[in-house]
Amino acid sequence: MDTLMNLFGAAVLAGTPLLLGMLGEILTQKSGHLNLGLEGTMYMGAAMSLAGAYYYEQWVTAAGGAASGFVACLFATGAAFLIGVLASLLYCFLTATLRADQNVTGLVLAIFGTGFGNFFGELMGIGAGGYVTVGAATKAAFANPAFPSLAALPVVGKLLFGYNWMVYLGVAVALAMAWFLNHTRAGLNLRAVGENPATADAAGIHVTKYKYAATCIGGGISALGGMYISMVNTGGVWVHDCVSGKGWIAVALVIFATWSPARGLFCALIFGGLSIMRMYVPVPGLPMEIYELLPYVATVLVLIFTSIRQSREHAQPRACGTNYFREER
Amino acid sequence: MEQKGATERRGEVAVRMRGITKTFGSRVVANHNAHLEVRWGEILALLGENGSGKTTLMNMLAGIYYPDSGEIEVNGREVSIRSPRDAFELRIGMIHQHFKLVDVLTASENIVLGLPGGVTLNRRAVAARIRAIGEKYGFALDPEKKIYNMSVSEKQTVEIVKALYRGADILVLDEPTAVLTPQEIEKLFAVLRAMREDGKAIIIITHKLGEVLAISDRVTILRKGEYVDTVPTATASVQSLTEGMVGHAVRLEIERPQLPRGEELLRVQNVTCLNADHVCKVKNVSFSAYGGEILGVAGVAGSGQKELCEAVAGIQNVRGGSILFRTGDGYENIVGMKPDVIFEKGVSLAFVPEDRLGMGLVASMDMVDNVMLRSYKAGKGPFVDRRSARRVCQTLIDQLEIVTPGVFTPVRRLSGGNVQKVLLGREIYHHPRVLMVSYPVRGLDINSSYKIYDLLNEQKRRGVAVIFVGEDLDVLMEISDRLMVLCGGEVSGIVDPREVSKDDVGLLMMQAPGKEAADA
Repeated sequence: MDTLMNLFGAAVLAGTPLLLGMLGEILTQKSGHLNLGLEGTMYMGAAMSLAGAYYYEQWVTAAGGAASGFVACLFATGAAFLIGVLASLLYCFLTATLRADQNVTGLVLAIFGTGFGNFFGELMGIGAGGYVTVGAATKAAFANPAFPSLAALPVVGKLLFGYNWMVYLGVAVALAMAWFLNHTRAGLNLRAVGENPATADAAGIHVTKYKYAATCIGGGISALGGMYISMVNTGGVWVHDCVSGKGWIAVALVIFATWSPARGLFCALIFGGLSIMRMYVPVPGLPMEIYELLPYVATVLVLIFTSIRQSREHAQPRACGTNYFREER
Repeated sequence: MEQKGATERRGEVAVRMRGITKTFGSRVVANHNAHLEVRWGEILALLGENGSGKTTLMNMLAGIYYPDSGEIEVNGREVSIRSPRDAFELRIGMIHQHFKLVDVLTASENIVLGLPGGVTLNRRAVAARIRAIGEKYGFALDPEKKIYNMSVSEKQTVEIVKALYRGADILVLDEPTAVLTPQEIEKLFAVLRAMREDGKAIIIITHKLGEVLAISDRVTILRKGEYVDTVPTATASVQSLTEGMVGHAVRLEIERPQLPRGEELLRVQNVTCLNADHVCKVKNVSFSAYGGEILGVAGVAGSGQKELCEAVAGIQNVRGGSILFRTGDGYENIVGMKPDVIFEKGVSLAFVPEDRLGMGLVASMDMVDNVMLRSYKAGKGPFVDRRSARRVCQTLIDQLEIVTPGVFTPVRRLSGGNVQKVLLGREIYHHPRVLMVSYPVRGLDINSSYKIYDLLNEQKRRGVAVIFVGEDLDVLMEISDRLMVLCGGEVSGIVDPREVSKDDVGLLMMQAPGKEAADA
């Protein structure tokens, strides 16, 4: 029982960056844009959030004050979201406005973002003399339970309320996005844009506006996944290659979740669990590498099942991957 | 905008388009100096052949395209329609030929798409309004049904309700009858008449003359993007309209040479096919094709015509039954044989898909290469024989009067009629014994269509068994010796078109077989 509760807790912690990355990508794909640059966006978010918190601390300390963990969180979040928006703005300008190939643009963004993140992460380290790390107050703000009083409750406290604030942010974003897509007019319009932009256009929907809004906000949310990695997973220290493929897993997770943010909550939990299973459910004689394979095996299985079912509704938005041009004949 | 009562403004001009010109790129002129005028409480037919710019002209009214020059007046006021939203605000609604609906959404979601309103959607209120519109004009629609579960006619209803829901007073329908059975067409016309009584201005784009005469008050004719004339329907006849459309006198009868029926060349017995999604597309179909006759195949689009032809050609997997092909004195079952083996035996499929180039021809290759797709295995050695293929092309160009800059021009640059001639010519050149043609005149102008009919009749005279899958029931009734009607993948009857009416065939198109029709 204890193992199971520990596994659950660890799965939640490991699943949250995947969740945030996936949610951003779902929003992006709902507008008909496949952004393969997720890995890059998350790297950029990871580096910039660290920079935001770190330079805020430096600035406050230089002014003779004490850095507040809460304000550091705000700076980190703001910086990560902003860089995510900027990266996606570039992606969207290339694909939606200039109609460049989505796959190529996404891959370029992935490569660029990885380099960008590592470069600035290392650069900050050199500037800080060796390696960059945030202060204790900021570390605590990211690591401590968001609801300390509730976390003290027996069983449920640990299971449901013992996590840092970003976990709840991820859940809140997922639920908000589910509500937005299924119950609001704007959400309906966005789904139409991703399914059939020509139809949406003929219905008077401003297709380009929706595409820009969805990809940029989606990029911002994905970048928060990167922030989780550098601020929570590594504890506010820049670790070279820290994202290491989580962005790609998040892209696979979008398929696993069949483009539904609500289902995505469970899928991220499963993937999180699979990725840390080796530490909690050791099977003697089983090599570590087998565990690392598990998330990908799960993705392949899901792809097989969804392909067999051929459901029209649990599928990728129809127009995803192709750019829209109104006067095309 | 000040709204007058529907009856007060009846007869006043609703839309006036003047001197509209639209070009695509630098070479394609879709419309040149086109005019159009529609009044409140009338149905205007916009008539013209495929490629005459009818749809382009209407797209400019609906805000899809923007004219290069010319003026548009709505209610006597000059307007600039830059987007579909502008069109809605002017109460213009267009029902496109290829429905603009999102498959995975419900009818009501599609209808409210893009409309302003509160943050969340009040589904109950939307459904109530949809039902009210349905009751007013006389159609039924389930607001919560998903589009992909709908029949073509239901989808069209959604499109019409969508326009009306947005308060459209000026309705444009692009080829609304192309996919409907005769009975469904009657129902649609009843709805349109109800709307006319309500004082709405309706433009119906069509190239079917019978419909023009049946429903419209006035007709505007376009030819090659240019305005020809506008006449009251009461004074028009099929002959006068065709001449306006084509530009010269044409004969309108399709020949049906009377020949003695030849030997049975193809016998299809109890064939069943499933598509990739394991949906049964062809159910227990049996028929025979004889040399020297044209077997017409009628049915609503998607009734299994494509799968049936493909099954015979060997492209489609056959789940049950046999397809017997006459060889010498006996029959040979060709089920399970490879397509090229079947082709060698003399069964040829000329399939013209909706986009013409999707299947059969490779758009970016020239005529020689396309001809070689059928003959690349001929000859010895690893190299292809281009010279003889080029000779074949030259023969085809001469015989079929194909208009092309040369045999090395990519076929996508040819006009629709010429593309179809290349496709058909290539199949005929190999002297098939069974020739299957699917939608051979789709998108063709009248002259080219008749050229194709002549080609088919010529094959018939040569003793070929021709299977003609068509969409225009009038044509099928005139050209075929026997007419097989498909409904939901089953044969609902094989009739003699000389002995039955169009309505009888229409009923067969909608009714799954219960009673066996007598083989004519």
